[in-house]
This record gives sequence, structure tokens and C-alpha cells, in this order.
Amino acid sequence: MDLDASDADAAFRAEARAWLAAHVPAAPLPSLETREGFAAHRDWERRLAADRWSVVSWPAEHGGRDASLFQWLIFEEEYYAAGAPGRVSQNGINLLAPTLFEHGTPEQRARVLGPMATGEVVWAQAWSEPEAGSDLASLRSTAVRTDGGWRLRGQKTWSSRAAFADRAFGLFRSEPGTPRPHQGLTYLMFPLDAPGVTVRPIGRLDGKPAFAELFLDDVFVPDADVIGEPGQGWRVAMSTAGNERGLTLRSPGRFTAAAERLTALWRETADPTDTALRDRVADAVIGARAYQLFTYANASRLAGGGSLGAESSLNKVFWSELDIALHETALDLLGPHGALADDADEAPAHGSWAEGYTFSLAGPVYAGTNEIQRNIIAERLLGLPKEARG
Amino acid sequence: MRFLLTDEQREFARTLDSLLGAAGTPAAVRAWAAGEHKPGRDLWARLAETGVFALAVPEEHDGMGPLPVELAVTFVELGRHAVPGPLVETVAAAALLHRLGDADAAADWLPRIAAGEALVGLCAEDAPFALDADAADTVLVVRDDTVCRTETHGPVQPALDPARRLSRPLGGTVLARGPAVTAAARHATDLARLLTAAQALGLGRALLDGTVDHVKQRTQFGRPIGSFQAVKHRLADTLIGLEFAQPLVHAAALALAAEDPSAGAEAAAAKAAAGEACYAAARTALQLHGAVGYTDEPDLSLWIRKARPLRDAWGTPAACRARVLAG
Ligand SMILES: Cc1cc2nc3c(=O)[nH]c(=O)nc-3n(C[C@H](O)[C@H](O)[C@H](O)COP(=O)(O)OP(=O)(O)OC[C@H]3O[C@@H](n4cnc5c(N)ncnc54)[C@H](O)[C@@H]3O)c2cc1C
Repeated sequence: MDLDASDADAAFRAEARAWLAAHVPAAPLPSLETREGFAAHRDWERRLAADRWSVVSWPAEHGGRDASLFQWLIFEEEYYAAGAPGRVSQNGINLLAPTLFEHGTPEQRARVLGPMATGEVVWAQAWSEPEAGSDLASLRSTAVRTDGGWRLRGQKTWSSRAAFADRAFGLFRSEPGTPRPHQGLTYLMFPLDAPGVTVRPIGRLDGKPAFAELFLDDVFVPDADVIGEPGQGWRVAMSTAGNERGLTLRSPGRFTAAAERLTALWRETADPTDTALRDRVADAVIGARAYQLFTYANASRLAGGGSLGAESSLNKVFWSELDIALHETALDLLGPHGALADDADEAPAHGSWAEGYTFSLAGPVYAGTNEIQRNIIAERLLGLPKEARG
Repeated sequence: MRFLLTDEQREFARTLDSLLGAAGTPAAVRAWAAGEHKPGRDLWARLAETGVFALAVPEEHDGMGPLPVELAVTFVELGRHAVPGPLVETVAAAALLHRLGDADAAADWLPRIAAGEALVGLCAEDAPFALDADAADTVLVVRDDTVCRTETHGPVQPALDPARRLSRPLGGTVLARGPAVTAAARHATDLARLLTAAQALGLGRALLDGTVDHVKQRTQFGRPIGSFQAVKHRLADTLIGLEFAQPLVHAAALALAAEDPSAGAEAAAAKAAAGEACYAAARTALQLHGAVGYTDEPDLSLWIRKARPLRDAWGTPAACRARVLAG
């Protein structure tokens, strides 16, 4: 057991650090949940991709660096420590790409991954529906067979950044009346500007307009855009969901960097006699370190040929609660200034605590609510009996 | 980087687990609490045969250590089985003795510690009461830059966990004095924190396992209480607390093994997280066992009563948190 970086990993870290130091924009970009911010972030993705830093863990043929899982973690640590911009392409990179690597055809990979890596095509996830959130398998939107492809009908919602994105991927019911709701679903990709698609932006809690609902009225999708076998969509989609919760959606670097900023804020501003606040700062620091180490252990297991199962749910609950604790503590340290938005005249200079706080509040909701994750932990990891279902 | 226990380390843990499982540890704990040390000392002797105490002692004194990672693995199992006695203190005292620069004291005590023959108490800033001084062969007391050794102590005082018998050390002869003592004492405290954290982790896992078993078979309203979501979610949170404390324990052990400057902060982080996770596991265990959890007849009570004192031993959570931020 060791925590020592290999020479290759240390060199990778140094290279990433140097590149980021030279390229991270001096002034923060506008929020990627706004139209101008979205464009600025797309630009940033292009700059990352130009030097092959946008998808380090992908094979070189698709624009990556063939980086190992550890190197990906190292890159993320450096990325957040450098204060680099949020990733507007994350849904595609974290959710769709792993699915295509596992279930896509070579033709799909060749066509989709390149433009995803450069930010030329930004993807939205169209899974949830108004009546299908936690109970995703109850979704009703349909895909009906037609010449050379499928016709989509229905409504998707809460689709992050869909207001400005280019394409979407989602699950559709292609065989009505199956005995179980998880059966007869098909996983497809479709353009958000296709005839029949209406995108209606929905303001998030902070009013930012990039969230959207999608109305689909006879949208044509060619067979080439079905991922995996028709009817097998649930299985295809679930392999992505594990990735999302387990590792790739929220790398530890994000939290260790935030814990560093929090500690600095505490040193600058805190009343040294306020031990209650000091304890919370320390707990956030300990939590971020724990998450980092837990991830190293998981990465070691995966590198040794293991796989990630229901442990992903431990991760999801932990980082989402850690994120809220980090940001709530920061707001308390900021006192009256904590009430200001990041773009206010008197906003604190160190970091976007307000936007970070608002976003952290969504953590226990998206990527499978924490209640659902606790059910999974209890049933699959602790072996407790299933709930009675009505 | 391979941040996972090796197969040998896992195997060693399994061996200890089955040895302690077969050894009737709860009876030894109850005897210990009543002031009868024989079954407990027999248990120590069996542990010594597996090499547990040798891990704490350098080779020149008949040991094979110090090996903080293996010690942490060991103490998880000692905690899982609630083994009684000044285990943490004896190992931390070995580290202290080794670093004091007093060759006679080291030659006198370290081989006996390695052989499992000497139980050693240790008092320091974070541990004002001597643990199990009535059973210990000697007690070391660190005060400022001085270490004393004593065999006398005040009365054993009633305690929250009757199997952790507390008294005040009395008198003593000076073993060493000066800056070397301060540095050695700091290292011993870091090691004590690490091992207390590991013990708490094991104790917490035992509490969780026992509670999971209970809620699967206890039926109310016509179904196992483990199918109720309030019950499940509390157990899920208990597992999360323990799972995320474990890598902190491992990282602290690595830092101590490498004598890394971060070792003090890492040990404090491990101690704060594991202590809290274990205590939360005890609260959950009591609650989900209902009134059974509040009675002292089932062995569960031995584990529950240990959780709070372990959380506070060798640095309260607040002290450990302050240490983390000191860097
Ligand atoms: C910021 C944000 C971004 C999102 N981005 C996307 C996106 O890009 N694409 C997309 O498809 N979706 C997205 N979502 C939607 C998200 O996946 C859903 O919100 C989530 O799955 C929960 O579904 P719901 O909102 O319908 O809540 P519900 O399922 O209606 O749940 C409401 C409450 O009931 C609880 N509950 C439900 N069932 C159970 C149960 N069995 N046991 C215990 N409690 C239960 C839930 O935990 C929750 O607390 C996003 C959501 C947010 C907040």
C-alpha cells in the first residue's frame, strides 16, 4: 500500500500544472448557465482540446492522452487548484462518451467523440420526464419505428444546459406494454434543432436560464443514432449512471481545491474564538481529504481489474453533502458578505461562493436523489430487505 | 500508487479476526471490567504469538517494526472484537521508549512489549488518566519535557466504559528530560491517535454488522424492521461514515511510517473522522436494537459503551480538528 506517484504520474502533473498556469483565463468567465457564458466556455473547451487537455483519459485517436485513471484524477486536482473554468461539455464527456466507448459502434465513436472533445457539439442529457424522476423507468416518451429510423414523441425535462446545447441523448419507450417498465426502452441521440423539437428554458433556483424542458413532436432519428440494441436502453443507460455517481461526475480535485480556499478564507476572516465554525472548517477539510483518498482506493481497485458497483452510491451521497457543507461554511465565514451574488460590487474576491453554494443545493437531487442512493446502499451493500412496493 | 491493503495485510486481519472470534473475547471484557485480568492477559499472550506486539518494536529489540500500517490493520481487528487493556498505550509507549535515547529503558521494556509480556500505561497531555494502571506492568507519564515511570496509582475510578479502568498515576522516577522527550511524545501521541482511530473503525464496523443482522430478523408490523426506510437510511449513513474514515486511517498510517511532516494532521483527521463515525454507529446500534440496545446483558453493550470514550481518547474531536487546521 502506498500513495507515491510514479515518475510518469509526477511528470504528467507537472505538465498539466504548467499548461494550466499558462492558459487559465485571468478573469473568471461568465456563468456557463447563461448564453454569453456558454459561448465563452465553448471557446475554453476548444483551447483545452487544442493541446489535448479536454479529454485526457480518452484514447489519442479521439483527442485524448490515453491517461490512466490516476492521471485523470491528477489532472482534475490541478485543474481545480488552478481555478480553471467549469466544463460546459461535462454531460457529453462524463455520461455519453463512456456509454459510446462501451456500447457504441466504431462509426458512432468516430462521428461523435471528436466534436464533443472540442466543444463544437455540446450534449444535453434527456432522461428525466415530468412524471419520471426517481422512478426513471416509468418514462413515457416513445420511439416508434419508421423507415430507416425512429420517430420520437413526448416530453423531457430538467435537462441541464439544453437551452444552449446542440444535441441530446435519452431513453425512449419503443415497445409499449412490456411486463416490466425497464424493458422495451431504446437509447437514442437526437439534435436539439431538429424539426419537431421545442426547447423551453426553465430558470434554475438562481434564475440562470440554461436548464430546459424539451417537447418532441415526431422527431426523426436515423438508426445510426441508436446506442446499443433497440429495446436494451435501460441496460445501456445504467452503465453510464454508475460512472456518473461513482467517479467521473465529481472528481475529488474539485473538493480539495474548495477546502483549500475555505481554509484560506478562515485564516483571513475568522474569529479565532469561534470554535464551532473552526470545527466545521476542519470537517470540510477532513471530508475533502477522505473523498480524495476513498477515490484513490477505488482507482487502485479499478486499476487492478476490479469494477465499481453499488459503492458508487456511497460516493454520491458523500460528495453531495460535502459540497453543501463546504459552501455553507464559507457563507458563514463571509458573514453579511455571504448574502451577495458573485457579480455584486462588494462580492468577496476569493472565489464564486454564491454560485457554488446555489449549485451545491442541487447535489442531493440530481444524479439519483440521495434517498434513492441510501436505498441502494441499504439493499445492495448491507443486504437489507427491499421496501414493500405498492 | 496502489492505495489498497496488500493480500498479506488482509490475510493477517482475517487471521486475527478469526482468532479473536473464537477466543470468547466478551467474557474477557466482562472479567476485565470486574478487575480480573487473567482472561484478558491470556488474550494478549495469544495476540503476541501472532506477532501483534512485535509490529510495534524495532528489530534491535526483538521486534519487527515499527510498522504503522500493519499496526493500524491490527487495531481495526482489536477494536472489532473490543479487546480490553492498554493496547494503544502499550504500542505508543514502545514508540516513546524507542525515541527517548535512554538505552537502558529501551532494552528493559521493548523486548517484553514485543513478547506481549508487558502491559504499559501511558499518560500525556491528551490522556490525563492512566488506562488500566491496575493491570499494567508500568506506567509512563509525560509532563512538559519530562518522562517519568511509575508503578503506583490512585484508586480505579468508575467510568462510562467499565472495561476502560481509569486512575491517576502517582509519583515516579524521571526517565528522560529535554527536547528529545517533547519530539518523542509528539510522535507517540500521533501514533496513539492513529491506533485509537483504527480501533474505533473496527468497533464501528462491529456495531454496524451486529445491527444489520438484528434488523434483518427483528419483525414488527408484520415485516423485518430492516425493510423500513428510516431504518435503512440510518444504516446507510452509518456505512458511509465508516467507509470514508477508513482511507484516512490508512493514509495516516502511511504518513507515520514515512515520518512525513503531515503525519500529525493526518492522524488527527483520521481520529476525528473515525471517532465520530464509530460513535454514530453506536448511537444507531442502540436505537435500532430498541430496548435490547439499552440493556447490559447482551454483548452489544460492551461495544456501545466503548464508543464514546474511544471518540474522546487521545484528543477529543475538537482537539483533533484544531490540529488538522494547524497543518
Ligand atoms: C441541477 C439539476 C440538474 C439536472 N440535470 C438533469 C439533466 O441534465 N438531465 C436529466 O434528465 N435530468 C436532470 N435532472 C433531474 C434529476 O435527475 C431529477 O431531479 C432526479 O432524478 C429526481 O427526480 P424528481 O426531481 O422527479 O424528484 P422525485 O422523484 O419526484 O422525488 C421527490 C422527492 O421524493 C423522494 N423520493 C422519491 N422516490 C422515493 C423513494 N422510493 N424513497 C424515498 N424517497 C423517494 C426523492 O428522493 C425526493 O426527495 C437535474 C436535476 C437538477 C436538480
